[in-house]
Amino acid sequence: MADFAAKPALQPGEAAGNAAAVSIWEIFLEFLIIGATSFGGVVPYLRGSLVTKRQWIDDKEFVEMLSISQSLPGLNATNMAVLVGEKLRGVMGSIAGIIGICLPGGLLMFIVGIFYRHHGDHTFITAALKGVAAAAVGLILSTVVSLSKKSLSHNFDFVFMAATVIAVNRLHLGVPRTLVVVGILAILFHHPRQAQKDSVKP
Amino acid sequence: MNEIPALIRVFAYLSILTVGGGMAAFPEMKILTVDVHEWLTFPQLIHLYSVGQMAPGPNMMMIVSIGQWAGGILGAIAVLAAFFGPTAVLAFMVAKAWKKLEKWPWRTSIQQGLAPVSIGLLLAGCFSMAKGAVTGTETAAIAVAVLLILMQYKVNPALLVLASAGIGILTFMPK
Repeated sequence: MADFAAKPALQPGEAAGNAAAVSIWEIFLEFLIIGATSFGGVVPYLRGSLVTKRQWIDDKEFVEMLSISQSLPGLNATNMAVLVGEKLRGVMGSIAGIIGICLPGGLLMFIVGIFYRHHGDHTFITAALKGVAAAAVGLILSTVVSLSKKSLSHNFDFVFMAATVIAVNRLHLGVPRTLVVVGILAILFHHPRQAQKDSVKP
Repeated sequence: MNEIPALIRVFAYLSILTVGGGMAAFPEMKILTVDVHEWLTFPQLIHLYSVGQMAPGPNMMMIVSIGQWAGGILGAIAVLAAFFGPTAVLAFMVAKAWKKLEKWPWRTSIQQGLAPVSIGLLLAGCFSMAKGAVTGTETAAIAVAVLLILMQYKVNPALLVLASAGIGILTFMPK
């Protein structure tokens, strides 16, 4: 009985125990499945597979890894594959994870690319693609909205957001310079005392 | 002509710019792949990116198509390695350091500060794509409809993109 009561408290340790037994092949296979099935955005599939199904990481680790993935250059999907792979099996785990998650979509776009090159100018396909491209714009805008709700910590952040857009699209400063200039200003604005105040907010 | 070295240079550079998502690199990707190297046209870039939204996995796999066009199968592999290699190495190295920095007060500052900038980059990429993709009332209506539906309901975005292909055929097919 006492063992049972202690069980939930041991969960993080248990997860690490699970993790120790994972083989490179299993990592590759799991990320291959995610890479082949994650239509419409990888993050929910990652959580379902790594946290719920396999229990290789717990929810807290997942959120932390995701926030690291978002702050670093690189796509969330591939950064997550690297971080989880690293945790489970070091360098080889990372490589297995990233190859697994990229392979299905990469093969598909390889074939789609060839097909589009040969048949992309058919009126039928041009018409479909016009709709698809417009939808993609709406999709990116919805990502902008949901990220703004989720990850902005101060109202003044909208000024940094606008400054970034103007620097890239109007002043044509280029992404690297914009990133450095506006990035540093924004980090200085969120200096530790400010950051502490903002993160206390629910 | 061998385009592989240029492909590697361009996509390794673009990879570093993808802070907050692949779309952050889109303005620069347009300049380098369309204007400088002429591997494809702007409409083709928009089409490949949009079709790529229906593919599973990381949402920038359309780079494989660009690599394949410019350099065949080797081009495709080179582009993949160049685009995902540098950021993968960085993530690998930073992951450990980042955990140790948990107590460092500037860690939160960096996260909070980069959030609006990365969202801004996403929006900038979105606008530069919209220049080619939203060209009239119909396309604007599709973009707004997708945005509103996604904000209101939990729908798989890939399905919406697919549905928009159908709407495109119905709307834009020459009669």
